[in-house]
Amino acid sequence: MITRAEVEHIARLSRLHFEEQEMERLRQDLSLILDYVQTLGELDLTGVPPTAHAVALKNVFRPDEPRPGLEQSVAMANGPHVERGQFLVPRIG
Amino acid sequence: MSDAPVTAGVADDGRPGAWEPVIGLEIHVQLKTRTKMFCGCATSFGEEPNTHVCPVCLGHPGTLPVINERAVEYATRIALALGCRVGGPTIFHRKNYFYPDLPKGYQISQFDQPLGVGGHLDVELESGETFRVGITRVHMEEDAGKLVHSGGATGRIHGADHSLVDFNRGGTPLVEIVSEPDIRSPEQARSFLTQLKSLLEHLDVSDVNMEEGSMRCDANVSLRAAGAEFGTKTELKNMNSFRFLQRGLDAEIERQEDILEAGERVTQATVHFDPTTSSISVLRSKEEAHDYRYFPEPDLTPIELDSEYVERVRASLPEFPAARKERMMRTYDLTAYDAGVLSANRSLGDYFERVADIVGDGKVAANWVTGDFAAYVNGVGLQVEQSVVGPEALAELLGLVAEGTLSGKMAKEVFAEMTETGRGARAIVEERGLGQISDSAALEAVVAAVVAANPGQAEEFRQGRDKVFGFFVGQVMKETKGQANPHLVNELLRRRLTG
Amino acid sequence: MNVLGLSAVECRALLESRDLSALELVTLYLDRINAVDGDVRAFLAVDAEGALRRAAEVDAIDPAQRRPWDGVPIALKDVLCVEGWETTCGSRILAGYRPPYDATAVAKLREAGLIFLGRLNMDEFAMGSSTENSGYHVTHNPWDLERVPGGSSGGSAACVAAAEAPWALGTDTGGSIRQPASLCGVVGMKPTYGAVSRYGLVAFASSLDQIGPLTRSVTDAAALLDIIAGHDPRDSTSIGLPEPIRLPTETDLTGTRFGVVTEYMGDACEPGVRQVFHDAVAAVTALGGQCEEVSLPSVEKGIAAYYIIAPAEASSNLARFDGVRYGHRAAHSDDLLEMYTRTRSEGFGAEVKRRIMIGTYVLSSGYYEAYYGQAQKTRTLIMRDFERAFAQVDFLISPTSPTVAFKVGERTDDHLAMYLSDLCTIPVNLAGLPGISLPGGFSGGLPVGVQIVGPHFSEQGLIDVAYALEQRLDIRARPALGEVRP
Repeated sequence: MITRAEVEHIARLSRLHFEEQEMERLRQDLSLILDYVQTLGELDLTGVPPTAHAVALKNVFRPDEPRPGLEQSVAMANGPHVERGQFLVPRIG
Repeated sequence: MSDAPVTAGVADDGRPGAWEPVIGLEIHVQLKTRTKMFCGCATSFGEEPNTHVCPVCLGHPGTLPVINERAVEYATRIALALGCRVGGPTIFHRKNYFYPDLPKGYQISQFDQPLGVGGHLDVELESGETFRVGITRVHMEEDAGKLVHSGGATGRIHGADHSLVDFNRGGTPLVEIVSEPDIRSPEQARSFLTQLKSLLEHLDVSDVNMEEGSMRCDANVSLRAAGAEFGTKTELKNMNSFRFLQRGLDAEIERQEDILEAGERVTQATVHFDPTTSSISVLRSKEEAHDYRYFPEPDLTPIELDSEYVERVRASLPEFPAARKERMMRTYDLTAYDAGVLSANRSLGDYFERVADIVGDGKVAANWVTGDFAAYVNGVGLQVEQSVVGPEALAELLGLVAEGTLSGKMAKEVFAEMTETGRGARAIVEERGLGQISDSAALEAVVAAVVAANPGQAEEFRQGRDKVFGFFVGQVMKETKGQANPHLVNELLRRRLTG
Repeated sequence: MNVLGLSAVECRALLESRDLSALELVTLYLDRINAVDGDVRAFLAVDAEGALRRAAEVDAIDPAQRRPWDGVPIALKDVLCVEGWETTCGSRILAGYRPPYDATAVAKLREAGLIFLGRLNMDEFAMGSSTENSGYHVTHNPWDLERVPGGSSGGSAACVAAAEAPWALGTDTGGSIRQPASLCGVVGMKPTYGAVSRYGLVAFASSLDQIGPLTRSVTDAAALLDIIAGHDPRDSTSIGLPEPIRLPTETDLTGTRFGVVTEYMGDACEPGVRQVFHDAVAAVTALGGQCEEVSLPSVEKGIAAYYIIAPAEASSNLARFDGVRYGHRAAHSDDLLEMYTRTRSEGFGAEVKRRIMIGTYVLSSGYYEAYYGQAQKTRTLIMRDFERAFAQVDFLISPTSPTVAFKVGERTDDHLAMYLSDLCTIPVNLAGLPGISLPGGFSGGLPVGVQIVGPHFSEQGLIDVAYALEQRLDIRARPALGEVRP
């Protein structure tokens, strides 16, 4: 069960906005799903190590050798708002 | 808790304070690898914006990071040099938050399995005392891009109309060094940072230039009544010079003191020091601390450095300043002060040792390297390696002085010309006829002529007025355009005047 | 020439024998797309001009100089970066985004000479089991246009089923190749995690995603897998395959042991699906294979573990969609926070937002161990169950999906029910194992797929046994799609 306040908090963390009329339905949907996945808590998993990668690899590196990158024009080409070779964003404060 | 030998509870100015500062430092060091931490873009400084970027460091969809092996080596060097425990699996985590200079919306960093833990740095104060600062951890991460705030009056965030982002710097390898809160004064903090910088220079892993941003320092500051529990700490961020660090800490300590004296409580916050107004501004309350939602980076594999690797890196570590200083004092018979200066800067120390080894006289070499040579490189703002006068060239100059061809005074002039023209000492001396006159016969003739031309002063000297001797020396020097060997002049004059 | 029958291998043979020119071949497919895609809607965009140009180029090359697959067309799920093409991942937030680079798998296709017909519809950011979550339009199942093709690679499966391309690439995170393959009556394969590079695959769940083939035959799947597999230094999690894939020939299953997973045969399975599956098991036995029951007790927790791990990783992977450097940006924002929030709220669909919320929640302060930590441990249990099973049998066999294709709109309100339909496929991703779905038969005129799963890097064996079964079942029916629309 997730509360309205928690939903708002998570939405803020995720940089998502929901309309007032969506909020209750969203809260119920999320509660259902979270209640379901929470059933994992019933398992006794003491002593079981977590698996981060299905196929275990380690020490994968690359040499410190330069590779060609993108021209400035290509790097900026998809930018929604570009100025003087930089990406412009609205005021932060 | 460390065994800090410096007395707690005494403020820097000697005034027994009610409040003892507790300071921990977080230092970020940019590694001078050729490429970024997770992609093959060349690292850069001061280039046209967004010209050292690729889909990976721009955070394009579908891109993946791959670890730079040299960055791992450099980070390991740092961890070992700080006496950390290294070895055992170390993994990267994602630190999730939104900011325009963070293209993926997360920074790849390390969380609970950092590269190195449990080290220390022994810091020497001006008084000669040392105190030990614990190093909690050393870990690897990637740098963010650069944000420029535009449209406001001050170029800072507040009042800015919009911001511009350049990702050239984004992805540069960083090592974060976190100290234990063992530092008890702004002076100690400055000493710690100075000596850490020197250590890192010796490791040759970073430019460690605070003005350029290759070394950055944040401080956690709190006050406590002597012997009591730690107080609430604030975070003093982004001080970009040693002086500002010390002043910033002074200001924040004073601000907290004022609050506590008034019976209020210090709130956890991020604070900023403005050097132009010498004031602290509180940026945001840490109550709204980020929830970074750390989880292991699924796109990267764990790093397991075996003991062979660790020992290989350890064996490649250079001699550290403290040890080098001891050795220089012993081998070259230097004063602690000179050895201190020469061991603090790796290149300067290397330069000095080369000169000293050729010339065979450590003291003379030290005088020149810490004196005229240092003045020259600092004056024109060069790195030691960029000096026009190499160690062999300086050694040649000093050789000319030792063999009597050049007076000490002339040598300074010749050195100046060497720095300007890049020509060798011997060549300059020969071309300008600057060789000291050490030919006894030639000098004898000049001395005889000078004494004969000044019978009055010669008589005064014989009457016991020793001061007149200087007049004769001056006259001989004038006649020889300053090139007469002074020892010989003295000897010959005395003989002529007394004999 | 009846394009409806051609596999990719057959297309290649026709080109090599000069029975068909590349231009003729590509034109056949473009005509087919024109004829049926108005109904099927598998494609988001068709690059007719580019494909025809490439085909003409191929025809101008002396056959002796041609690359192996020069002139053979393929279509791509819109989740793979194709340099210069708009790549949207079925999302409005990437409308207009043109990658400055090719995914490694895409580059390999190009190097082999394949001609790209266009990009295929999908559930937004691969989140879904029906392709109804696409930000653009719904794709229809060629077998029954009122039904879904499955998801998230619904466009890929429908395209191949409708013969709009001889084959296609899709991606699979929790069954997104295999389940639509099953619902559309085509072959779909998810390789071992790490067999194919993920560089250029827009990430959904990094520890689960893999690219794989959707094809008309097992032989084609083998051929396509061979092209795209391989270690890639740009993907730290990539390994490649131990050996090149040989096209299958063997039809005898004597000595091969198959495990029927008890937990998959429960009530969730429709009777029609169950029947087709039992017939398939009988076919395996007839070929000499031995079938026995195996239990994987932990797989029942697989869905819960998946719906923690996948959303968690996705919530982080999708944080880069913030309107700063590419894609949609909300207009007229007063400040950064507003720009971020409106951009993401406008650009993402409901399912994506839901999963981001779940993912952010399970990673948030105080919940990590209870959810993500617990899920990663469950994952270990599931892997151990599979390991134990593979000590007993060579391969596991099960229905791919507990149901046939459902009607469009039937499940959109019941998210949990939608999630639960991935029971047979999800554990395979959690364990990183290879799995293939091939057509098993029909129930009520709708395709039913059979899934075969093997140990890590057993792709060759998997292909060989799937081929044998495929040959035995000999399913020839094709969807009865009309020709040119009035």
